[in-house]
Amino acid sequence: MIRFTRVTKEYPRLGPALSNVSFNVAKGEFVFLTGPSGAGKSTILKLIYMEERPTDGEVRVDGMSSVTIRGAEIPKLRRKLGIVFQDFRLLEDRTAEANVAFALEVTGASRSSIPGKVSRALTQVGLASKAMSYPRELSGGEQQRVAIARALVNDPVLLVADEPTGNLDDRATRGVFQLLRDINASGTAVLMATHNLDLIRRSDYRSIELNRGQIVFDSAEAAKAAIERFAD
Amino acid sequence: MPAVRDSLIAFRRTPLLSALSITTIAFSLFAVGLFGLVVLNIRDALEKVEEHVEIRAFITDKTPVEQVALAANDVAKYDEVQSVDLVTQEQALERARRELGEFRDVFEAEFLPASLDVHLKPGFRDPASVRRVADRLKALTFVDDVRYGEDWIEQLYRLRNIAGVAAAALGLAFAAIAIIIIGSTIRMAVLARSREISIMRLVGATDAYVRRPFLIEGFIKGVLGGLLALGLTWLAIHLVSSYLSFQTVFFDQRLAIFGLAGGALMGLLGSAFSVGRHLRRV
Repeated sequence: MIRFTRVTKEYPRLGPALSNVSFNVAKGEFVFLTGPSGAGKSTILKLIYMEERPTDGEVRVDGMSSVTIRGAEIPKLRRKLGIVFQDFRLLEDRTAEANVAFALEVTGASRSSIPGKVSRALTQVGLASKAMSYPRELSGGEQQRVAIARALVNDPVLLVADEPTGNLDDRATRGVFQLLRDINASGTAVLMATHNLDLIRRSDYRSIELNRGQIVFDSAEAAKAAIERFAD
Repeated sequence: MPAVRDSLIAFRRTPLLSALSITTIAFSLFAVGLFGLVVLNIRDALEKVEEHVEIRAFITDKTPVEQVALAANDVAKYDEVQSVDLVTQEQALERARRELGEFRDVFEAEFLPASLDVHLKPGFRDPASVRRVADRLKALTFVDDVRYGEDWIEQLYRLRNIAGVAAAALGLAFAAIAIIIIGSTIRMAVLARSREISIMRLVGATDAYVRRPFLIEGFIKGVLGGLLALGLTWLAIHLVSSYLSFQTVFFDQRLAIFGLAGGALMGLLGSAFSVGRHLRRV
């Protein structure tokens, strides 16, 4: 699903954000991306949805390579992904329903198919009753659910979430996290960048820890090493 | 068509900014339009003056009228010639008495020579054409003298050329200023919707999809701005005509459509440029 091969990313003025990073994420996997601010989490996510290209190395997402992809193909890649942000990025002057429909309209979905898909996505995130509410009328947790519904409505193979619970209280955090788990359980891979160590501890999902642009811990690698040691 | 609907929604969502854009476009085009009208009216005035360009070939005394009439028919067939009037001695006397009222008793019959008054077609009233026709007339055996106000025609054409060059230079400058102002106004509209654009791109919209409603919006704003500018120009010329008692000409239908198309094109190009620049940056 995702393959990073010796990826380095340097910004002209800010210097290196990632140095020689390699990892894979399999189909249907749930992976936490953690580490302090500036460790390179958001850069990894931007490289996945190809808002940025690596300075060196290769990023492959669902068969598309950062080395060979053309600018015109990037929208096709993004239609296979769902992207969720800490600040929700909803359009304030559109209802929840219109925000979700927006993701279908821009991809050229047929007008007749949109209402059904929007309704299903909002039901999936538990917000069917608030379809006609504007973002300002919703709580932070509800806004994030609308953003998740928008990310889900195109049936993505991978959901990329950048600190999706960063602006939420404990209760809303638990709700959004449970929703992401449910989405993953239905077969969608989830890559979630977070500072929230509680969430990581409370679940047994794989976690990759970054520091200063390098992977310092990968629970999958650690488990593999432990198994190898045990076998020896 | 979703792009048209999105453009109309954008008007509804940002009515103040849309009104500001249309007004800015209208005033930019109004300046161009006013300037255009000044040029049009100067040209019209010059054309009216040019209509008075006339070559008078004086006929030698005692030339038979029939011979002159035949020659007049030949002259009327010259490419440059619009019409030829044969003015007999009696008619010349009548004209002189009419034009110089207080000296009417001074003139007597056959005091003035008969003449061929030659009027030239538009486009052949320049000094070179006038001189060419005058030379041909001079070559006629019964023509005594040819007069056409050589200095006056030279000066008229110098004035016309200066007006033409000034109009082209100022017109280009006004149009360039209008394009810059329109581009900046549309850029404001693009920046006001930069969040929407970034979300569109994140959910997989192609650049063409993002660009389309802005192009339609720019086109509509250009047409509306053009209509408003046309109305303002008409109002301005109407006020000038009625308060200053000037006889003025307004754009004909072809020029009005040309102006509207210009507004639409400016709106379209301004949008294409602003959105394109924004998409390259984000």
